[in-house]
Amino acid sequence: MRLLNRSAGRLSRYRRGPIAGFVVLLLGLLLTGGLYAAFSPAHADSDSAAAKQAQIEKGRQLFLVSCAFCHGQNGQGVLTQGGSQLGPALTDVGAAAVDFQVGTGRMPMTMPGPQAKEKQPSFSDQEISDLAAYVASLGTGPGIPDKQLYSTQGMSQSQINALVQRGGQIFLANCTACHNFEGSGGAMPRGGFAPRIRGVSSKHIYEAMLTGPQSMDTFSDGNIPPQDKKAVIAYLNNLNNTPSYSGLTLGGLGPVSEGLIGWVVGLGFLVGFAVWIAAHTTRTTKKKDGASA
Amino acid sequence: MSSADVASTNGTKPATVSGGNKRVGTIANWADERLGLASLAKKNLRKVFPDHWSFMLGEIALWSFVVLLITGVFLTLWFDPSMSEVTYNGSYAPLRGVDVSSAYASTMNISFDVRGGLLLRQMHHWAATLFVASMMIHLMRVYLTGAFRKPREINWVIGCFLVLLGTIEGFTGYSLPDDLLSGTGVRAADGFIKATPIVGTYISFFLFGGEFPGSHIIPRLYSMHILLIPGLLLALIAAHMMLLVYHKHTQWPGPGRTEQNVVGFPMLPVYMAKAGGFFFIVFGTIALLGGLFSLNPVWKFGPYDPSKVTAGSQPDWYMGWPDGLLRIMPAWETHLWGHTVSWNIMVPILVCPPAMLTILILLPFFENWVSGDKREHHLLQRPRNAPTRTAILAALATFYALAWTAGGNDIIAIKFGLSINEITYFLRGAVFVGPVLAFIIARRWCISLQRHDQEKLLHGYESGVLVRSPAGGYAEKHLPLPLAKAYALTARETETYMTEEQMAESAANYKGRFPKLRARLQRAYFAHTVPNVTVEELHEAQHHAEHELHEMEAQIAAGPNRHGPTQGH
Amino acid sequence: MTDNTHDSTGGELAELGPIPDPGIPEHTWRPTDVDPKAEKRAERQVSAMFGLSAVFTILFVVSYFTFHIGEHWTVWLGHGVSTIALGVTLGLALLLIGVGIIQWARKLMGDHEISELRHPARSDDESREGTLAALTQGLEESGIARRPLIRNSLLGAVGLLGVPAIVMLRDLGPLPGDSLYHTIWGMGTKKHPMRIVRDGIWSPILASDLEIGDLVNCQPDAYKNPQRYGIDPTLVEGTELQVQKAKASLILSRMDPGDIKPGPGRKNWTVDGIVAYSKICTHVGCPISLNERTTHHLLCPCHQSTFDLANSGKVVFGPAGRPLPQLPIAVDDEGYLVAQSDFTEPVGPSFWERNYVQR
Repeated sequence: MRLLNRSAGRLSRYRRGPIAGFVVLLLGLLLTGGLYAAFSPAHADSDSAAAKQAQIEKGRQLFLVSCAFCHGQNGQGVLTQGGSQLGPALTDVGAAAVDFQVGTGRMPMTMPGPQAKEKQPSFSDQEISDLAAYVASLGTGPGIPDKQLYSTQGMSQSQINALVQRGGQIFLANCTACHNFEGSGGAMPRGGFAPRIRGVSSKHIYEAMLTGPQSMDTFSDGNIPPQDKKAVIAYLNNLNNTPSYSGLTLGGLGPVSEGLIGWVVGLGFLVGFAVWIAAHTTRTTKKKDGASA
Repeated sequence: MSSADVASTNGTKPATVSGGNKRVGTIANWADERLGLASLAKKNLRKVFPDHWSFMLGEIALWSFVVLLITGVFLTLWFDPSMSEVTYNGSYAPLRGVDVSSAYASTMNISFDVRGGLLLRQMHHWAATLFVASMMIHLMRVYLTGAFRKPREINWVIGCFLVLLGTIEGFTGYSLPDDLLSGTGVRAADGFIKATPIVGTYISFFLFGGEFPGSHIIPRLYSMHILLIPGLLLALIAAHMMLLVYHKHTQWPGPGRTEQNVVGFPMLPVYMAKAGGFFFIVFGTIALLGGLFSLNPVWKFGPYDPSKVTAGSQPDWYMGWPDGLLRIMPAWETHLWGHTVSWNIMVPILVCPPAMLTILILLPFFENWVSGDKREHHLLQRPRNAPTRTAILAALATFYALAWTAGGNDIIAIKFGLSINEITYFLRGAVFVGPVLAFIIARRWCISLQRHDQEKLLHGYESGVLVRSPAGGYAEKHLPLPLAKAYALTARETETYMTEEQMAESAANYKGRFPKLRARLQRAYFAHTVPNVTVEELHEAQHHAEHELHEMEAQIAAGPNRHGPTQGH
Repeated sequence: MTDNTHDSTGGELAELGPIPDPGIPEHTWRPTDVDPKAEKRAERQVSAMFGLSAVFTILFVVSYFTFHIGEHWTVWLGHGVSTIALGVTLGLALLLIGVGIIQWARKLMGDHEISELRHPARSDDESREGTLAALTQGLEESGIARRPLIRNSLLGAVGLLGVPAIVMLRDLGPLPGDSLYHTIWGMGTKKHPMRIVRDGIWSPILASDLEIGDLVNCQPDAYKNPQRYGIDPTLVEGTELQVQKAKASLILSRMDPGDIKPGPGRKNWTVDGIVAYSKICTHVGCPISLNERTTHHLLCPCHQSTFDLANSGKVVFGPAGRPLPQLPIAVDDEGYLVAQSDFTEPVGPSFWERNYVQR
């Protein structure tokens, strides 16, 4: 559709241009093709179904190479001999989980451990969607959320403001306990941590709420409805875009970093001054005329 | 020491008397005829204060307090200490329409609708941070240098109460904005009060005017914060300063500095300028901190709501150590005859901090009881020359620091990739082992520093000049210390100890109970200190040094390296 | 100490080491004392600092009127300019005055060290005797020692005046009564058991809404619909609402029913693997909802007490002394989650009168 719109725009501007005839012809052909596609659903379905099958197969190949060692050849999960989970089953996690885990670089993990850390993603966008398609084909689970679920595009400013206000309250009730009041992250039991969530893309935040990555609780649509998830994301984006009114934020960690700055910078600076004030000034060997030193 | 030593002049005198002085004279005359201030002023205007950087740490606290008063007065102009519910309708859009308390709404108003209000708030809070911090390092300085000894014990006690009051003042202030963080602090405080045996629940209901949080706690904390505690602080600070002036400041030993005098610069003009200038520096530093570093961003925390909480909920740093003890305390609760005794709260909050304060207050009296010393002391001791005292502070400070660390265990865990559980287990042991280790290490360290001093006195300091002997060996030339330095190093007493029998024979100083304990403590306190060098040792060392120097020079003159650094010797 | 035979007259002072006191060192001059050029330079330096300070003060005033706050802050590089500009200009204006004054003192003011004699803190014997005599005389003339009846009755009367000061505090607040033993969850009726609603969203929850792994922060429905339960609306307004929230905040967690180890008598306190616990920590009362989905361990951010939601809220780590109180839940006839009753024990921090029976 976008391509179509763009050519339409060009058309009006270059109406009298030399290539106008060509463009009209092209438009005609495209329209015909589009209409045909629209009115012959059976054919189109089988076409896209085939494409989808191809994508799933591609995803399966990637999965076998990069994921199967921990998650099993068919995503059924792998238990170690000791009985602990090497990789959990992926049969019902859905495409959203894959998109989040692989898209934020958490998967594949560098080595097995309690909690995967965010890093540069190892796969291209196309490969991620192939993988997601494969894992989604294994069972149920939430799909990759639609952009309109988390984007405030097309909303008026006052609607956005209302959304941000609601989102802030939901954020403070559900998220700050682990992720801290400005999303700087926090500690969890036994070396676990709730990661920093500022600057994370809206889609990934939505997916994280939906799927509960690692040890995080899920916030399914029955828990926090989609509209309210959007509100939380709007609030977080608002935090990202809000200027810092009060100077450097010191990591947004609360009183610990503030105390550290007070002692090191504040007191350090003042003690430095005290040393200067009490230090001896430079002396000269010369004597003042007529003065008895 | 004759009275001629009390100088009446201080150098540069202007040649001519300007007209301004006449006017000063007239005003002074007018004032003196009504107030009779001249006799008081004569004594104090040229009062001598010694100069040393460590003497200005308390001044940081004093000036921070003044800044607190100034910024605090400004804040009261806009702050509304009420918990009645209003709908926030100010400039910060994400909170508009949210039900908040008037206290929180007015804090937001100060931050977003009063120009410079956010700066004032942050300055007030930074000044509070510095106020308590500088009191603490001032306290440590006074203890480590022995400035608390007779006649200054009362001032030490006043100082301890100032630290306590400063901490309470800080906590009440932290609670006023009624944001999520301060409310969480008050909630924890309610838990502490409820853990008090027998009366706890009643105190909680009286303090909060009913069930937590009620509608009374902020107005009540406010009147404590702006009236009761500042009044007490002001009175105690005044007493602290008056005693300082009466006793005259302590000084470091050095040439011309004795127990009978105080050497330094006169109040007018030098010390007044230095102190006054330092006020502006402290004020300016706090303004810079307030402008550059964020402190308690209440708009991000949102209004207090008892159902909400944030990761990294911590008190301000000075409440961090009891909070840390609270975190590492095992879950001990006793249930007896239908009652609950919460050791897990009482020990870290209701027992430890008062115990720490009591220990602090008693430190001078304890040392005095052990030493039996009844003399006045105006010359300071270097920390190394009182190894046991230094070690005691090292142990206390280590305990404090470890408890403090526990108070930030979650932040430490995420910043260093550690587990809060493991940090907690480690600290549970470390708060007991750490202070003991610190005591031993600090004492050994002091003793070896004392030996190092002695080495310097008897063998000279390392000149940095390498000399090669004819045999091909290298040696560093040691030079004797300058007289002033040598004097400063030796101007100390050697602390000795007595056996129980000696004590019994000795006069009035050792009356009282526990003679055995006292003798053992005295031995433990003073036995390890390295004795001061004697006159004989110094003489011998001098002869030896001269001899060595001559020999060395002769070798250099005779040896192959004729270009050696022999000039000036 | 060196010599412990001193008596307590206080005037005695410590004796010092082996080297005789060389006396205050000879005064040496500073460049500014002997070199008129250096003196002028220092003078210019100091006054330049004062001048610069004035410039910053003016800049402060300019910043005050130039940079906007409120709804539309003047922003530069992601920072609200007002706070920084005001802080920096004020800070520098003050610092420059301070540094200037100190420089003046260091370079230009007289710097002869002078010595002042100390006097022992104690008064001289004459004053002491005089004071003692005056005290004795005063006491004698008042006859306070001779008239113990007057003295003791006065002391008693004055001492008793402390009582009103304490009694006056009585009306600071009501007596606790049994208020700590109840929450608003118990105010549901037989017809309308108290529904559980999502905190901040305020919608009731169907058991089927939740998936395994969901954690929901909840409140009672009474805040928004008091009339449904016949509750006086003023009980859930303003500060009263805060009081209710401080006790009634709840967390729901849905887990695999096989993971749950129900405590004695708690078999039917759950609905399809959904468990409900008080959100208020049993340590000092912080709200807790830092849950690890995989282990069902719930952590308190204030002091790290950790509770096992799959096992009656038992403490697995940290300083809390008691398990989290569990709320028995059920579904009402419309399928919404409701509280079966109030909590069966007081929620929140311990208090002296609390009678806790270990299960």
